[in-house]
Amino acid sequence: MSSQAELDNSELDRVIRSEYEAGFTTLVESDTLPPGLNEDVIRVISAKKEEPEWMLEWRLEAYRHWQTMQEPNWAHVQYPPVDLNAISYYSAPKSMEDRPKSLDEVDPELLETYKKLGIPLHEQEMLAGVAVDAVFDSVSVATTFKSKLAEAGVIFCSISEAVREHPELVRKYLGSVVPKGDNYFAGLNSAVFTDGSFVYIPKGVRCPMELSTYFRINEANTGQFERTLIVADEGSYVSYLEGCTAPQRDENQLHAAVVELVALPGAEIKYSTVQNWYPGDEDGKGGIYNFVTKRGVAHDHAKISWTQVETGSAITWKYPSVVLRGDHSVGEFYSVALTRHAQQADTGTKMIHLGKNTKSTIVSKGISAGKSSNAYRGLVRMGPRAENARNFTQCDSLLLGDRCGAHTFPYIESKHPSATIEHEATTSKVSDDQLFLCRQRGIDPEKAISMIVNGFCKEVFKELPMEFAVEAGKLLEVSLEGAVG
Amino acid sequence: MLEIRDLHASVAGQPILKGLNLTVKPGEVHAIMGPNGSGKSTLANVLAGRDNYEITGGEALFDGKSLGDLEPEERAQLGLFLAFQYPVEIPGVSNMEFLKAALESVRAAQGKEEWDSVTLLRKAREACKQVDLDAQFLKRGVNEGFSGGEKKRNEIMQMLLMEPKLALLDETDSGLDIDALQTVAKGVNSLRGPERGIVLVTHYQRLLDYIVPDFVHVLSGGKIIKSGGKELALELEQHGYGWLTSGDNGDNGKKDQTA
Repeated sequence: MSSQAELDNSELDRVIRSEYEAGFTTLVESDTLPPGLNEDVIRVISAKKEEPEWMLEWRLEAYRHWQTMQEPNWAHVQYPPVDLNAISYYSAPKSMEDRPKSLDEVDPELLETYKKLGIPLHEQEMLAGVAVDAVFDSVSVATTFKSKLAEAGVIFCSISEAVREHPELVRKYLGSVVPKGDNYFAGLNSAVFTDGSFVYIPKGVRCPMELSTYFRINEANTGQFERTLIVADEGSYVSYLEGCTAPQRDENQLHAAVVELVALPGAEIKYSTVQNWYPGDEDGKGGIYNFVTKRGVAHDHAKISWTQVETGSAITWKYPSVVLRGDHSVGEFYSVALTRHAQQADTGTKMIHLGKNTKSTIVSKGISAGKSSNAYRGLVRMGPRAENARNFTQCDSLLLGDRCGAHTFPYIESKHPSATIEHEATTSKVSDDQLFLCRQRGIDPEKAISMIVNGFCKEVFKELPMEFAVEAGKLLEVSLEGAVG
Repeated sequence: MLEIRDLHASVAGQPILKGLNLTVKPGEVHAIMGPNGSGKSTLANVLAGRDNYEITGGEALFDGKSLGDLEPEERAQLGLFLAFQYPVEIPGVSNMEFLKAALESVRAAQGKEEWDSVTLLRKAREACKQVDLDAQFLKRGVNEGFSGGEKKRNEIMQMLLMEPKLALLDETDSGLDIDALQTVAKGVNSLRGPERGIVLVTHYQRLLDYIVPDFVHVLSGGKIIKSGGKELALELEQHGYGWLTSGDNGDNGKKDQTA
């Protein structure tokens, strides 16, 4: 038995030890605030972004409340305390200071960075039908296809720009889904958020293209505090995708984001994430701490669907949730979380059913390799008004090797007798038999494992927009690929 | 093409094969028969290179290369195919995707031209038809939710596409009704040819009514204790394995027979 286990592990280790392809650093001159957090820092951030007074007040209120809060410790993750005074809260390439009007004015070095990551920002080179907002450290570098979107009445810009250009919308909705004092990391984000995307889809409009934001952390010793707000007005539809990468560094870096979705009556928001932050090395050195609050509110007949493929970060603490406020609203959560090396993930969702005839679906696929830990944590709550509410949850874990762990923490609360809640959970291993069948057919073990894992995730991948489903499959392949030599 | 000399092998440290000799030449069909526990399936798995099936003595040469030195996928790339006794399910990986990966690897290794998707699909449909499997099965996960008989036919379908030099069939007849048995046999017979060797591992004679072997070997206690032509199988059917094993190899054979 033990020799068998050793065999398995050496084989799998070889297979899962792969290089992080987005680990390069861009050499640009940056304007970076000295490390440390206080009210003056917040004032500087706000001034740099030329924000109106109300925005600064909002930030300061958030900061003062946050100072009374405690870092949560209930997640199934372990890490040394983060010294929030050792990181810088604002960093932007110098060339971005005078806000380039068009791509021609953007530092070619920055454009090259995105190109290298497979995200060309020149519209003619891009995937047709996908508009991109590219965020580099604390600023948005460029947003493509803005004018084409404007024809449809769609607003897609950086949140900083939205604060200046569309204050009425931002004021109305910012913090309406994730309040300033919601939790420790959301509170911190509310005080110091720098950039992220803003989307508004007018009534009855089907957004003519996929929207996407690409987040890149470049500068060392900085945190990235992204803030994204998506408002889909009545009867509208939008599909949005976010992608993330960071250079390979030995220090841990903090990414504390807040994403708020508002789906007004009859609207539908499909939000997909392909998260590939630097995961740290084999021994757990370095990597991004990804502490993220994502939540949406679905009004009557509205639908919010979260799909996430999480392969990166040293620590993931993330629960994209839906508040099913309106009657007949629908919430969905499809997730693939892959952990390897010493990565730790505690991720899942919350489905809060308030309205009648609300429906939610949760499909979570956790894959653990190396000595990583992968936990699903999910809450399904049926409120006292949630007549005929239904939830279906399926949690599957796949283990590669025997030094990793998978955990499932489902929380179920029902305050209405007519509510239906179904929960299915499985844990399986890539079996020697499966691997042997593949190898007997001439398929090498790396390819075989990646094929088996992809098969395991198929249900979730089919929820991703087509262009990205391919990318996600490839990403998983890269993550599992061994440096065979 | 297959030359086994004084082969000793153990499974998870337990000796099972104890000095086995067998030669298979191109164009020949050999049947390996024997009571349960005699080492038949072990032989098939040792040749294919399953983990924990270890060669401890002697050698097994395939086209002059020592199998013990090769990874399972390298053996497959040389043209060795094992039809499994218990084909395992791979959920979410479609049969087509699986075949594509397998054929790309094996055909490239053998210097054969690559089949484009259209050709592959056409060939795969033909192969399905040959074993009476609906082409819909190509879209389903590998063996996912297949009945026992469908799994076995799926193995033969794969074998037809892979065109192996040496096909090992491990109890392919077990669990098949007579119609399915005939279908499977038809598939195997279509592969018979002067350049190909086939080794059938089976417990029962009935498969050999449909795939007539050139040689029959009786395996007991990890060795071949008798070899002969196809008529040997009939004798076994009449007299049982006890006829051969009760003598010299004694209680080992008897115990296995009743197990």
